[in-house]
Amino acid sequence: MLAYVIKRILYAIPVILVVNLITFLLYFKLNSPDDMARLQLGNKHVTTAAIQDWKKEHGYDKPIFYNFHASALHHLTDTLFFEKSLKMLVFDFGQSDANRNISNDLKMRMGPSLAIALPSFILGIIVNVSVALSMVLFRETWIERSMVLLCLIIMSISTLFYIIFGQFIVAKWWHWVPLSGYSPGWSQFKFVILPILIAIISSLGADARWYRAIFLEEANKEYVQLAKAKGLSSMQILLHHVLPNGALPILTGVVVLIPSLFLGSLLLESFFGIPGLGSYTMDAILQQDFAIVRVMVYLGTVLYILGLILTDLAYTYADPRIRLE
Amino acid sequence: MRIQGWIRGPVGLWFIGCKMNKTGQNDSKFFSNILDIIFKFTVILLRFLHFSLRQTKRQQALILITASLLGCYHKPHNDPYHTEDATANIYYGAYSSAPKTLDPAKAYTTDEAQFVSLVYETPLQYQYLTRPWALEPLLATRMPEVVYKDAQGNVTSDPRLAKCSEYTIHIQPGVYYQPHPAFARSQQGGYLYWPLSADAAQAYQQISDFKYTATREVTAEDFVYEIKRLASPAVQSPIYGLMSEHIQGLSTLREEIEQSRSVDLRAYPFAGATVIDKYTYRIDLKDPYPQFIYWLAMSFFAPYPWEADQFYQNPGFADRNLSIDWVPIGTGPYEFVRNNPNQSLQLIRNTNFHGEKVPAGLAARPGKHIPYIDRIEFYLEKEAIPTWNKFLQGYYDQSGIASDTFDQAISYNAQRQPIVSPKLQKKGITLQISTSPTIFYLGFNQLDPVVGGSSAAAQKLRQALSIAVDMNEYIKLFLNGRGEVAQSPLPPGIFGARTGQAGIDPVIFQWQNNQIKRRPLSDAQKLLSEAGYPNGIDVKTGRPLALTLSIMSESNIDEGTLYAWFRQQFAKLNIELNIDSTTYSRFQDKLQNGSTQLFFSGWIADYPDPENFLFLLYGPNAKVEHNGENVANYNNAQFDAWYQAMARMPNGPERQALIDKMVQQVQEDAPWIWGFYPVSYQLSHAWVLDSYANPLMSNTLKYMRILPEIRYQARVAWNPISKWPIILIVLGLFIFIVVAVFAYRKINQRRVSIL
Repeated sequence: MLAYVIKRILYAIPVILVVNLITFLLYFKLNSPDDMARLQLGNKHVTTAAIQDWKKEHGYDKPIFYNFHASALHHLTDTLFFEKSLKMLVFDFGQSDANRNISNDLKMRMGPSLAIALPSFILGIIVNVSVALSMVLFRETWIERSMVLLCLIIMSISTLFYIIFGQFIVAKWWHWVPLSGYSPGWSQFKFVILPILIAIISSLGADARWYRAIFLEEANKEYVQLAKAKGLSSMQILLHHVLPNGALPILTGVVVLIPSLFLGSLLLESFFGIPGLGSYTMDAILQQDFAIVRVMVYLGTVLYILGLILTDLAYTYADPRIRLE
Repeated sequence: MRIQGWIRGPVGLWFIGCKMNKTGQNDSKFFSNILDIIFKFTVILLRFLHFSLRQTKRQQALILITASLLGCYHKPHNDPYHTEDATANIYYGAYSSAPKTLDPAKAYTTDEAQFVSLVYETPLQYQYLTRPWALEPLLATRMPEVVYKDAQGNVTSDPRLAKCSEYTIHIQPGVYYQPHPAFARSQQGGYLYWPLSADAAQAYQQISDFKYTATREVTAEDFVYEIKRLASPAVQSPIYGLMSEHIQGLSTLREEIEQSRSVDLRAYPFAGATVIDKYTYRIDLKDPYPQFIYWLAMSFFAPYPWEADQFYQNPGFADRNLSIDWVPIGTGPYEFVRNNPNQSLQLIRNTNFHGEKVPAGLAARPGKHIPYIDRIEFYLEKEAIPTWNKFLQGYYDQSGIASDTFDQAISYNAQRQPIVSPKLQKKGITLQISTSPTIFYLGFNQLDPVVGGSSAAAQKLRQALSIAVDMNEYIKLFLNGRGEVAQSPLPPGIFGARTGQAGIDPVIFQWQNNQIKRRPLSDAQKLLSEAGYPNGIDVKTGRPLALTLSIMSESNIDEGTLYAWFRQQFAKLNIELNIDSTTYSRFQDKLQNGSTQLFFSGWIADYPDPENFLFLLYGPNAKVEHNGENVANYNNAQFDAWYQAMARMPNGPERQALIDKMVQQVQEDAPWIWGFYPVSYQLSHAWVLDSYANPLMSNTLKYMRILPEIRYQARVAWNPISKWPIILIVLGLFIFIVVAVFAYRKINQRRVSIL
């Protein structure tokens, strides 16, 4: 298995390099260093000299890929691509365009993001699986039909609606929790409970229907008939046979998401004032701080690849018949 | 550490009594009675748990969370702040955009100024309540002594005859910096925290990690040091370009710093600022620039300790955001205790603050000293709706008004004057209205062959369009009426701006029945015809006239409606308008290249002098040729000559007469369609006292007062917890379980199960 993991990591390197190169070209094509300087310097009393100075001070005055004026290895290292893009490969993220250390900001913001993402993820799976199993249990009854309809309604509504509606009902009307904000430690409970609930509810429709389809497929297999013939109750069959066997395809879709949890939620964090990585990305986009946006795209790529590797490993854990070679 | 504080507060309140939420008006008596019984049992149970069992902190917290959820202490549940702060003398505010820096040499935007001005002090400041705006000494003991010199170096009293000028500033003795580790010294006299080795520096992750702090007195050298920082390439001050045109030797200093890159700027000789004695320094300008005095009220000229540069130079500090960008060292009324611009910024009284006298017009508070508020907490709120609702719940003390909530907040009285809506009046909320020294306008690029230039035809075309574009309608539609139609480049409150009949632009408006009235469209059509475009048709080509408006794309406005409105305005004259919506960078590129035809732009004053607005039309400031702020590239020799004379004049009848001529000239030439002067509305709760709008002053919080007890009572009254949903949810769950059990039994009774 170790050999497999090493092989996957080696495969990932060219993927990351290509994504890195594309991201770099896209951002520098769409947003030249002059544009970045203008954005950071504001729109008053900005001279051409000030723009040149800003570029020089932030290292944006270098050639893109090859420096003819440098010597030896510096031909390649004293360039924009090396300084701004290749260094990211070793997680040296440097400073944002607004002069904040990106690694430091990432560290500070990871906690708040996880405070929402992790409970939403775990509780979400529990709720979705429970609802899906209930739909299978009550199959072809009015209960199942009502639940399917409810899932359809839930998945048809935008997350933004749940956020605004949730804030209006729970925080503004009932006064149960603060409308927005965040505080570290135990007191964060009152701030994160509503976003977590909204995250769970908004994902309920699509995920529960998907899990239901998986469990139904399992429920039609012969081993279920055998279990029934042995006299097991429906609940026993569901929990001891259908659920473990249905878990394998669920793993595919779920484990891949785990690393991405660190990246937070763009909408939830912005509306609830959670200082996580989702709102960090959103702010960077709005302020056009491309140093941060590049880092977040890069991290997204790395975490996604990590998620895929984890999924493969999870297969072997969930199904002993699978061997990774 | 935090958890202990968190627990102590609620526990205290919890035992005082659990009588909360008697104000729940929607609850029925029946439900209330049931819930009271439940709550009483819960209280008894929780008290028993609290006293009888040995609990870990986590268990204690869990009990308190349960108590909190069930409403067992009297603080509102939706209170986002710490319980112990419920009646503390704290100001709560929100900001929508995180500051990019808190460095006094770099901070320039309004977002940054509101924080920087609380920490740093400047030699001068604007008087809080005086209008028109006037300066007064802050760190200076008196107003600067200004000396103008002619080409021969002789002193002259007339700036118009002067070649250069000198500003001598006397500062107060006994002003000390806030406590900071940069000043801390060992018993041997050396600095404790700099220079540090990389390993030693690793121990300090945030400013609170430093055990020792110290201070020192502010001297004239600190003011000179800060002026030198304006030239430092490492600092990247936004006003370096402008100041290098005025301050002697600033550009030479920059070259020297660039060559040697020494961190300690004291080492560089500098002709532009000289220390006279410990409390006096002089700034030498290359030209007579009377408006320079206003810059002395901006943070760019605040004192800065040289030790800060040495301290923040420690290895690894920048990687941990330990830099002057984020951890300021000032002399102002407040100092930062929590500085996470991505979440919240919290300031407390600076223990070394030297004090300040009560401004004229405000009553003195016996036994109290400025600042009156103990702590200030700003929270980042990126979305307008939560911010607004938290203001209505009493969790923010003041608020602006977003377009979405305008109708909720504002009503109009019989005289059509805006007032606070009845709903907000009931809460005791008050409204302050102020016109900002700002203008937004539609500019004509004077280099464009169709709309630009000084020909009579182009001038008439611009005049016709100025009449057709109804900015009053724009203000009503897109600003909820929060604006004043501009008549000239000078906003109200700026010297030279005229009001009433004398202030109207006669080309576009007329005075009828004591009211300003836009000229009829027929006047515009006549002018258009005289310009060579009868009924919008170009007589030279026989084709309809088509113009292009370049506009910066913004995410916070309804662009479709806005663009449709602009097209509609031009269509009144049968002119086709193309909208070139572009990003900020592209827009700036186009202005720089002169490739626009019409464009939408604006200007926020640096200082309240007509020079700061009329220079936007001064020829040598043209964007394309001189890279200045005259983005319309307007060029009129007569106007330029008047400008040069006006810029150096003191305010008075002579200057007013000259300004009148200049305004009349640009009204005829119409290089801009005068847009509007924005009007800002600010709402304050009843417990906020002595708050007066001053758009040029960012540190007004130091004069304001809060009545925390009244705020606390209001919060409790306005945020009663609704109990009936708990009953509904419990009932719903019960029904769900019962139904599920019955259904499950039924399924198991089937002869052939689905499974």
